[in-house]
Amino acid sequence: METPLIEFKNITKRFGEQIVLENVNLKIYEGEVTTIIGLSGSGKSVLLKHIIGLLEPDEGTIFYRGEPINEMKKSELAESMSKISYMFQSNALFGSMDVYENIALPLLETTNLNKAEINKRVMARIEQTELTEAAHKFPSELSGGMQKRAALARALITDPNVVLFDEPTTGQDPVRKNAILSMIAQYQKKFNFTAVMVSHEIPDVYFISNRILALYDKKIVFQGTPEELANFDHPFNDEVMRSLEGLQKELTGLYSRRQFKVLHHAQLRSRKSDEKYCIAVFDLSDMNSIVSYMGYDAAQETIHSMGIYIDKHFGGIGGFSTRRKSNEFVTVLPFSNLAETESILKEFIEDFQQSGISDIWVDAQKKAPPDKCIDFSIRAGIAEGKPIDEIDSVIKLAKSHQKEIGRLRCAVKE
Amino acid sequence: MSFDEGKPNSSEINKSIGLLITRPFAIIGQNVISWINSVGAATIFLVMALLKTFHSKQFSKVIQQIYYIGAKSTTIIMLVSLFTGMVLGLQSYHALVKFSAQGSLGTLVSLSLIRELGPVLTAIMITARAGSAITAEIGVQRISEQIDALETMRIDPFRYLVTPRITASIISFPLLTTLFDIIGIIGGYISGVVLMGVNGGVYTHSIQAYVDMGDLSNGLVKSIVFAIIVATVCCFQGYFVHMREDSKGAKAVGLATTSAVVISCVLILVSDYVVTSLLMV
Repeated sequence: METPLIEFKNITKRFGEQIVLENVNLKIYEGEVTTIIGLSGSGKSVLLKHIIGLLEPDEGTIFYRGEPINEMKKSELAESMSKISYMFQSNALFGSMDVYENIALPLLETTNLNKAEINKRVMARIEQTELTEAAHKFPSELSGGMQKRAALARALITDPNVVLFDEPTTGQDPVRKNAILSMIAQYQKKFNFTAVMVSHEIPDVYFISNRILALYDKKIVFQGTPEELANFDHPFNDEVMRSLEGLQKELTGLYSRRQFKVLHHAQLRSRKSDEKYCIAVFDLSDMNSIVSYMGYDAAQETIHSMGIYIDKHFGGIGGFSTRRKSNEFVTVLPFSNLAETESILKEFIEDFQQSGISDIWVDAQKKAPPDKCIDFSIRAGIAEGKPIDEIDSVIKLAKSHQKEIGRLRCAVKE
Repeated sequence: MSFDEGKPNSSEINKSIGLLITRPFAIIGQNVISWINSVGAATIFLVMALLKTFHSKQFSKVIQQIYYIGAKSTTIIMLVSLFTGMVLGLQSYHALVKFSAQGSLGTLVSLSLIRELGPVLTAIMITARAGSAITAEIGVQRISEQIDALETMRIDPFRYLVTPRITASIISFPLLTTLFDIIGIIGGYISGVVLMGVNGGVYTHSIQAYVDMGDLSNGLVKSIVFAIIVATVCCFQGYFVHMREDSKGAKAVGLATTSAVVISCVLILVSDYVVTSLLMV
């Protein structure tokens, strides 16, 4: 069995009389995105600070690549820790330094690289994080999203193996939250680091996470994939997930995946087994190109607008939708057969081609750099299912029927 | 039910009286232990900072801090020293003229400044101007997690934040004290010679004749002691602002800054007496 990169065994941490973590056991594997979820004040940040050595446990052992860190030599420990970066919830940028100086600081202070080499590396990170125009601005002159990117660039400047993200999306609007999560996912793939993230953003973090760790009542109560978490039978799911998901529908017009499953189950449970319902699956082509050319904010604004547009059309006839993957939406029409759904979809397509796609583009343009433009298409497919059918098989069928329903060319921009 | 039930017995009364008598001693004892703890912690803090003085990447940071602590304090030091010298010249003239000893004005002004007023007033002025800024700056960096960020970047916060400030203070204080002495003596010349008519040659000759290297070195030794005290206290208060029990956050930074200035000023005066006593032996 693969040795975990980081492992906690019976970790307990107290602050005075207060126990924050109690017999915590967890495993974090190399090359994965692991997200720690839990309510505010449950000790997620404390847990993260143990990984990088900012806090030491009162009891228990932390293992790094199978070796207990309290038995490592000082030089070995320093070597291991030097491969870990930490992105603070508050960004912790130095207010008296500009963005360039903030990013260059770790190289200036911990390496013997010459100025030209440092400049080359810093400028590369600045370009990768789209901060070129902000390079000589101070943190107080930047927006929240730009500050996050500057903090991320600083965390990545030393080419770490592990990056710890302490609530990277705190204080951001829904669009920017998704933009930051996409950015983390993209950089994780690009630089191949192990990401450990503390977040509240459910279900958005599922799209980028390989593993979820659930912290509840001072313990890790769940370790597994996002799919496994949906079927996890524990008070955590009732108390925590419900409160975290509460605002999702209000903010995006879409249900969380768990709420979607519950709704799906509730709507179809009372139906006769031979009654029929329909599912529509929409997706936005080539998300990576959109992100690369237009930037994270514009890509997320496109997805956000599309979600609202779908909900606007199908919500009125009893349909309910969720975002299943980063660029895929699923809508259940519990009271419509295939013929009715085809007719509704036809109307949707007409409206979508006339005004929907350009509306989405207008929204995206608000967030995109002025001279950037890219072609993209939206596909839709429908399928009919019965209450006894597995929802995944109906979704699969709908996907197999997908065809292009709209394409935006750069000409539309003019 | 017995009538005496609930009535304290004599051993309980004795215990209460004993507690009443010992309580003030307990409070004093606790405060003394706490004070000794703080002194010990500050001493370790100073030693740890000094051990990192000769790190290869310190030079530019020390120069930068000399600029903030030293160069930027010159105007205020010059202003204060000029008027201190002038007042000293004026007061001393009126005292000496009663004994027809105005020829000793230069000696009196210069020795007062070089031995005592120069090091003390310079240290107090730098505490007010730069010391408070050091505490506030480090304190804000602590509460905004910038010091934690340094640790996660494997940058030693002691080396990066504390050592340059202590080193720069040790270099700046004697230089500013020397500047204070010179300008103060000029101030004494202005009030004594220019305004009161004391002979200029007598004024300068009395300085030359009675001020020796011992006086100068005593003043400089004091200024170095004050530099170590002020820089250590101010850095210490800012660095551990998050551990204050009386408040947290921005308020804690404010209180830490006040504490740093008050403690530094008191310690300057206390150590002035101690150092003077030792140097006089």
